[in-house]
Amino acid sequence: MNTLAGTGALVRLILRRDRFLMPLWVVLMALVPMFLGSSIKQLYPTAAAVGEYARENLGNSTFIVLYGRIYDTSLGGVTFWRASSGMLIIGIISMLVVIRHTRVEEEAGRRELLGSAVVGRHAGLAAALIATICANLVLAVLLALGLTGLGLPAGGSFAAGLAWAATGGIFAAVGALVAQLTEGAGAARGVGVTVAGAAFLLRAVGDVAGEGADPSWVSWLSPLGWMSQMRAFGQEQWWVLAPAVALIALLVAVAFALQARRDVAAGLLPPRLGPAEASAGLRTPLALAWRLHRGSLIGWTAGFAVLGAVFGGVAKSAQDMLAGNQQLMEIFERMGGESALSDVVIVGTMGISALIASGYAVQATLRMRTEEAGLRSEPVLVTSVGRVSWALSHLVFALFGPLVAMAVEGLVTGLVYGVSVGDPGREIPRGLAAALVQLPAIWVLAGLTTALYGLRPRLAPAVGWAGLGVCLFLGLIGAAVQLSQAVLDVSPFTHIPKIPGGDLAGVPLVVLVAVAGALLALGLAAFRRRDVPVA
Amino acid sequence: MENIITASGLRKHFGSTRALDGLDLEVRRGEVHGFLGPNGAGKTTTIRVLLGLLKADAGTVRLFDGDPWNDATSLHRRLAYVPGDVTLWPNLSGGEVIDLLGRLRGGLDNKRKNELLERFDLDPKKKGRAYSKGNRQKVGLVAALASDVELLLLDEPTSGLDPLMEEVFRQVVAEEQARDGRTVLLSSHILSEVEALCDRVSIVRDGRTVETGTLTELRHLTRTTITAELASPPDGLADLAGVHELHVDGTQVRFEVDTPQLDAALRQLTAAGVRGLVSRPPTLEELFLRHYKTETNGEVKAEVAR
Repeated sequence: MNTLAGTGALVRLILRRDRFLMPLWVVLMALVPMFLGSSIKQLYPTAAAVGEYARENLGNSTFIVLYGRIYDTSLGGVTFWRASSGMLIIGIISMLVVIRHTRVEEEAGRRELLGSAVVGRHAGLAAALIATICANLVLAVLLALGLTGLGLPAGGSFAAGLAWAATGGIFAAVGALVAQLTEGAGAARGVGVTVAGAAFLLRAVGDVAGEGADPSWVSWLSPLGWMSQMRAFGQEQWWVLAPAVALIALLVAVAFALQARRDVAAGLLPPRLGPAEASAGLRTPLALAWRLHRGSLIGWTAGFAVLGAVFGGVAKSAQDMLAGNQQLMEIFERMGGESALSDVVIVGTMGISALIASGYAVQATLRMRTEEAGLRSEPVLVTSVGRVSWALSHLVFALFGPLVAMAVEGLVTGLVYGVSVGDPGREIPRGLAAALVQLPAIWVLAGLTTALYGLRPRLAPAVGWAGLGVCLFLGLIGAAVQLSQAVLDVSPFTHIPKIPGGDLAGVPLVVLVAVAGALLALGLAAFRRRDVPVA
Repeated sequence: MENIITASGLRKHFGSTRALDGLDLEVRRGEVHGFLGPNGAGKTTTIRVLLGLLKADAGTVRLFDGDPWNDATSLHRRLAYVPGDVTLWPNLSGGEVIDLLGRLRGGLDNKRKNELLERFDLDPKKKGRAYSKGNRQKVGLVAALASDVELLLLDEPTSGLDPLMEEVFRQVVAEEQARDGRTVLLSSHILSEVEALCDRVSIVRDGRTVETGTLTELRHLTRTTITAELASPPDGLADLAGVHELHVDGTQVRFEVDTPQLDAALRQLTAAGVRGLVSRPPTLEELFLRHYKTETNGEVKAEVAR
C-alpha cells in the first residue's frame, strides 16, 4: 500500500480541527513585527532617532541575549531585531502543532482508528508537516505585507517573513522527530521544548561571545542563529534559507525513517517507570498536592528568576531611556508612581510581574477544578480526607507559590540591578519589598477564583481568567485611555502602595488581605455544601 | 440482621433531570448485594449519595451508624470505593496511587496488596498515563481490596477487564466475604457476575427500586420455562391461567408458566403422558429484562451488556 495514501484527506481533517486555532496564531504572530515596527516608529519618528537608539544598544548585552545582534540600524532592521523572539515562539508553536496532530492522536488511540481505514503509514505525519509548513508560509506572506504596509522595503519584508517561516518549518520538523521518540505526547513536548530552549541559549551565548559586529561560531549551532543571519533590511543573506531547507529535509527524512521502524503508538525511547511503592512521605493530601504542583512551582519560579535578571539588567538602561522620553516616562509613572527614576522602573516592572504571577495564582487555584472535572478529586474525597483539607492542599500552592516566585524575582532584580549601580546591599531588600508588597492583590484574584469554584464551579475558569484580564487591562491600558479613578479602583493592583519610593500605606494592604480571606472563606464554605463532582 | 446501608425514598435532581425518584436500598452486614440497572438508572448517583459527595434532595440515608453527608470523613475510614472509570494522576505510578489511597483511608495490608498485584497481573511501576483502561481499573481494585475496611462500594468495577481478570475479581470478592465477612455493594450490569457473587439483588429503573430480594425470591415472582415431549397432544393447557407463550407442535410443547400455577400446569402434562421434560428457572437476565420491556411494544429499552 502507498504509505502516503490519504494524506490529502488528513490535511483537510487537520485544517477542519484547527479552523480557529491555526488562523489565530498565524494572524497574531504575523502582526507582531508590524505592531512592534509601528510603535518603534512612533517613539523614534525619524531615521536618525532610530539609528541613534540602535547604536546605543549595539553593545547592551542584555538586549543581545534577549534579541540577538543588531545588523542594520534602519527602522526595518531594528524591527526585525526587536521581534526576533517571535521566531522562537513561532518555532515552538509549529512544533506543538505537529506533535498535536501526530503523537497526541496516537496516544489517544485515534490514529489507530484512522490506520484501519485507507490511510498510509506515513500519511499522518506528512499531513501534519504539510499543514504546519503551509501555515508558516501564509504567515510569511502576511508578515511581509504588514511590514511593507509600514512603508518598509519589500525585499527586507519578505526576507523577514521567510526567516520566520523557515524557523517555524525547522521546528515543525523537530516536532516530527521528537514525536517518534516517546509514547507520551507530554514527554515529546518536553524533549521538543528543551531543544528549542537549547537553540535559544546557543544563539544567546554565541551572540554575546562574538567579536565586533559578528557573533561567534556558537550561534551557528542554532537555527535561531542562522535565521537572524538573514539580516533582513540590511545586507540580506538569502542563502541562509538553503541550510534551513536542508535541515528540514534531513529531520523529516529521519522522522519518516524512524516511523517506518516502529509500531503505531509505540515510542523509540522506553516509557519512564515510577516507583512500585509510594515513599513514606506520600500519605497526606498536601503531599499529593506537592506532587501535582511542584513542576509548575519550579517552572514559574525559574521563569521569575529569569524575569528578575532581565528586569534588573535593563533597569539602568531603561532609566537612561526614560530620562530622554517623556511619553514612556508617563507610562511608567502611572505604573510606578512619581518617585525617583530608579524606583519608578523597579515598581513598574514589579507591577507587571505581579500581573503575570496572578496568572500562576489563578492557574494553581483552578487545579482544583481540573482535578474535580477529571474525576481525580473523588478518590481522595472518599477517604478520610475532608473537603476543606483537600481544597487547602491546593490553595497552599495558589497562595504561596506566587509568593515564592515573586520573592525570587525581587531578590534577583535587586541583586542584578544593585550590581549594575554598585550598591547591591541597598537594592536587594528594596527589590524584595517591591515584589512582596504586590502579594495581597494577587491573593484577591486567587480568592475570587476560589469563591467561584465553591459557588459556580463551571464558571470558575472563565471568571478567574476574566478577573485577571480586567486587572491587566486596567493596569496597563486603563490610565492611558483615561478611565476614571473609580473604574481603576476595581483592580486590586490599583491599591498597592508604590514601594520602594512611596509610602508603605498599611490600610489598603490589610483591606486587600481581608477581601482575599473573605473570598477564600466563602469559596470553601460553598464547596463544603455543594455536590461533588460537578462535571 | 443489622443493616450497613439503609436508604429510603431518596430523591435527587440535577437541573431538570430526575436522577433518583424515591429509591430504597437495604444492604445487610456481611452480604454481597447486587445493584442492577441500565446506564442512567441512578446507580452511580446513589453510590455518590452514600459517599457523601452528593446531598440528596429528599429521603433518609444511614451508612453504618452515621449520616453520609455530615459524618463523611469518619465513615470513609470504614469503606473503600472503586468507580466504574478509575482515573489516575498521570505522573504518579500505580503503586504510588495504591499506597497513597490506602494510607489516606487509614491503613493498607501490604501482604494482601502484593498478593493482589500478582493475581491481577498488574505492574505497579507504570505511570498513570501509561495504563490502559483495564489496568486503571485494576489499580482501583487493588487499592480498595487491600484496604482494611468493612464495606466495599464497587460501581461497575470490572468494566474494561478481560474475562480472565473478571474471574480473578470474582474469586477475590468471594474470598473477601468468606474470610472477613466484609459487606459489598456491587453495582453492575454484567448479570453473570451478579448471579455468581450476590446474595441479594436490588434492581433499579428510572431512579426507583423496582425489585429487591434474594435471587430465589425474585425467581419466585416470575415464570419458569417448560419444554416437554408428550405421549399425546396436550389438552386444556391453553385455557389454564398463568400459562404464556404456548407453542404446540404435535406432541412437543413449550410454554412459560407463572410460578404459582406451576403445579396445575404439570398436572395437565402428566395427564397427557410425559416422555421428556426440561424445566428451566428464569435467568437473572430474564428477570432483569422483564423490568425493562416497555409495556406497549415489548421492545427492550435497556442496554444490557452480556
